[in-house]
Amino acid sequence: MTTDALTPLLERKLVFVTGKGGTGKTTVASALALLAASRGKKVLICEIDGKGELAGYYEAPPTGFKEKEVQPGLFAMTMDTEASLREYLKLQLRIPIVGRIGPVAKAFDFLAAAAPGVREILTVGKLCFEVRDNGWDMVVVDAPATGHIVGQLAAPQAVNGLVKVGLIRTQTDWMLEMLSDPAITGLLAVCTPEEMPVTETMELAVRVREETTVQLAGVVVNRVLPELFGRQEEAVFDALTEQGPLAALDGLVDGDAAPVLDAARLAVTMRRTRSTHLERLRAGIDPSVPLLYLPFLFTRSHGLRTTRQVAESLGEELGY
Amino acid sequence: MARPTRVKVAETEVPAPTMDSLLATKEIVVACGPGGVGKTTTAAASALMAAVNHGSKVLVLTVDPAKRLANALGLDGIGNAEHQVPSSAFAAAGVKPRGELWAAMLDTKESWDSLIRHHAPDAQTRDEILANPLYQNISGRFIQSHDYIAMERLYEIHLSAEYDLIVVDTPPTRNALDFLDAPERLADFFSSRLLRWLIVPYRSKLVNVATRPFYQISDRILGTEFMSDIAEFFILFQTMYDGFVERSKAVGRLLSDRRTTFVVVSTLEATPLREAEYFAEQLTARKLHLGAIVLNKVLPDYLQGRAGAKVAEVMKERSEELAVALSPVVGAADPALGDPEQIARVLGEVADSYLNFQVVALREMEERATLAVTPDVLATVPFFDTDIYDLAGLLRLGEQIWG
Repeated sequence: MTTDALTPLLERKLVFVTGKGGTGKTTVASALALLAASRGKKVLICEIDGKGELAGYYEAPPTGFKEKEVQPGLFAMTMDTEASLREYLKLQLRIPIVGRIGPVAKAFDFLAAAAPGVREILTVGKLCFEVRDNGWDMVVVDAPATGHIVGQLAAPQAVNGLVKVGLIRTQTDWMLEMLSDPAITGLLAVCTPEEMPVTETMELAVRVREETTVQLAGVVVNRVLPELFGRQEEAVFDALTEQGPLAALDGLVDGDAAPVLDAARLAVTMRRTRSTHLERLRAGIDPSVPLLYLPFLFTRSHGLRTTRQVAESLGEELGY
Repeated sequence: MARPTRVKVAETEVPAPTMDSLLATKEIVVACGPGGVGKTTTAAASALMAAVNHGSKVLVLTVDPAKRLANALGLDGIGNAEHQVPSSAFAAAGVKPRGELWAAMLDTKESWDSLIRHHAPDAQTRDEILANPLYQNISGRFIQSHDYIAMERLYEIHLSAEYDLIVVDTPPTRNALDFLDAPERLADFFSSRLLRWLIVPYRSKLVNVATRPFYQISDRILGTEFMSDIAEFFILFQTMYDGFVERSKAVGRLLSDRRTTFVVVSTLEATPLREAEYFAEQLTARKLHLGAIVLNKVLPDYLQGRAGAKVAEVMKERSEELAVALSPVVGAADPALGDPEQIARVLGEVADSYLNFQVVALREMEERATLAVTPDVLATVPFFDTDIYDLAGLLRLGEQIWG
């Protein structure tokens, strides 16, 4: 019997994107959303810890809690737990406290800051609510970094463990159901082929399996350097860097070829160091979890052009 | 009138500050900056350089070192305790340190427990807090729990007066500034009127008109049981209020002390660099000492030249012709390597690779040229093509930071 194939990334409705700082988490999240939108889906992308900068990845002005269309079919918003609470009170509890919301929200915000899981619940709750009630084909979350994502995803269970009754309990039950369904929800981890990012990703995979009900839907290996030479070509390259051939080359190109060869040597060593970490990742991650490789971008640009290039590479990796 | 020459002499005698002089004169160095830029390695390398070159007893307090770096420092499985890096490790790296290098890792849970033991007014309160079902949960992710505990630990170690220099690596936070505010925020938290207001009904069973709606809503959302669990926890914590506030003020004073300096670590990639710049500006705004900016993983200078690009372009355009001419020389020792087609492919790849990396190197140079802050020391560390996993590697890095 073959094992069930994982639900393809783009067919999930709620995808959390996480990664160690500096690995390109936000770039990948914005590219994933752009890819889905370019394939005709109605997509919402939500940044959790940002202050509206995510919109810059689409050359759009900063966003707030209310979603705004930043590309055709693609909407962006910025999470704000207090606004989320206000919306929750209004929609779910029908508490008309517009006038008095100030002190109550302040107190609640304070409580949310202190009590475990409450702030996370407001965040995850808002996202689940968007998936269930607002008709998105896909919600992409630029989630907290690897160090914080488990707390975020495990919040409904944590709260369930502490809160036995009350409205929150009813809410967490349906949220848990949605998060636990691998046909709906998935986590995408972004790393680079370097020591710490790979180690953190492997640790994350274990913690996600043991402490949350969310499925790891894939690992993006970002900034993979191109392979310059095959084995025989590398021998040719080595011969080229010898004194005689190098002197001949200098004469032929009428200049100093050494820096150009040095740069290639650096690129080869960099790739080699990185490939050992890549092997470690392959060996350490459950083989059913797809690894998606994105090339190192030798580009001058930021913003939408980069997002589009990454979206194209991601599309190719996903077989589109 | 002629200027007195003495002034001139004094001017030339004051050398520009370097990482060397910074580490020789300060007592606390806080390495901070965005995630993924090599903060931990930079902190460790700086501490190592100080231990090797100055006759000082140096401690590096790290948060989450890579496994091989932890091994190199002898930190594997050591936990919270301070631990001397053995002389055998220095011998293996081929150096004889003038001073001593000590290392410790930050264990948040253990540090919180010891903080509770320190501040609890009596044994009963201490045990009740440690046994509280919420405590375990909260000590892991109290507001900026990690940040606070890192600064608290720094204070504690400094107070022990065991070290000449403490280099501290800051935890990866969502916002690089969080740890600066952490002590104050924690003090605010405990002194908050809201907190007292929150726990009143669970203490006195008296609910006044003003607070009733809040409790009604909270109870509906969270359930009475959970609310009273929380309240009990905070009532216990209140007993430690004075101790916490006093301590967090002391931590704040230590950070702004003249003997403390901050080293901002970054790479020349746009996003981390913007964050580092913002951080450096905030340090200055708070009157904290910005000692240095360390730029890590910078591509080598030889990638920037126009001459190099010209050579690469020639190699790319005339690869076939060059390959034919080079074939006898390249294949001199081993004729199998003399195939002109293969040589042409290699020349093409080499040239492409150079031109590709040049795009990145020029972008980096532009970022460095337009850096919005000017620290006393700006150290640039080249890209290391291999990982750092022993003291010899750390020394190599340290020498670059030293400049």
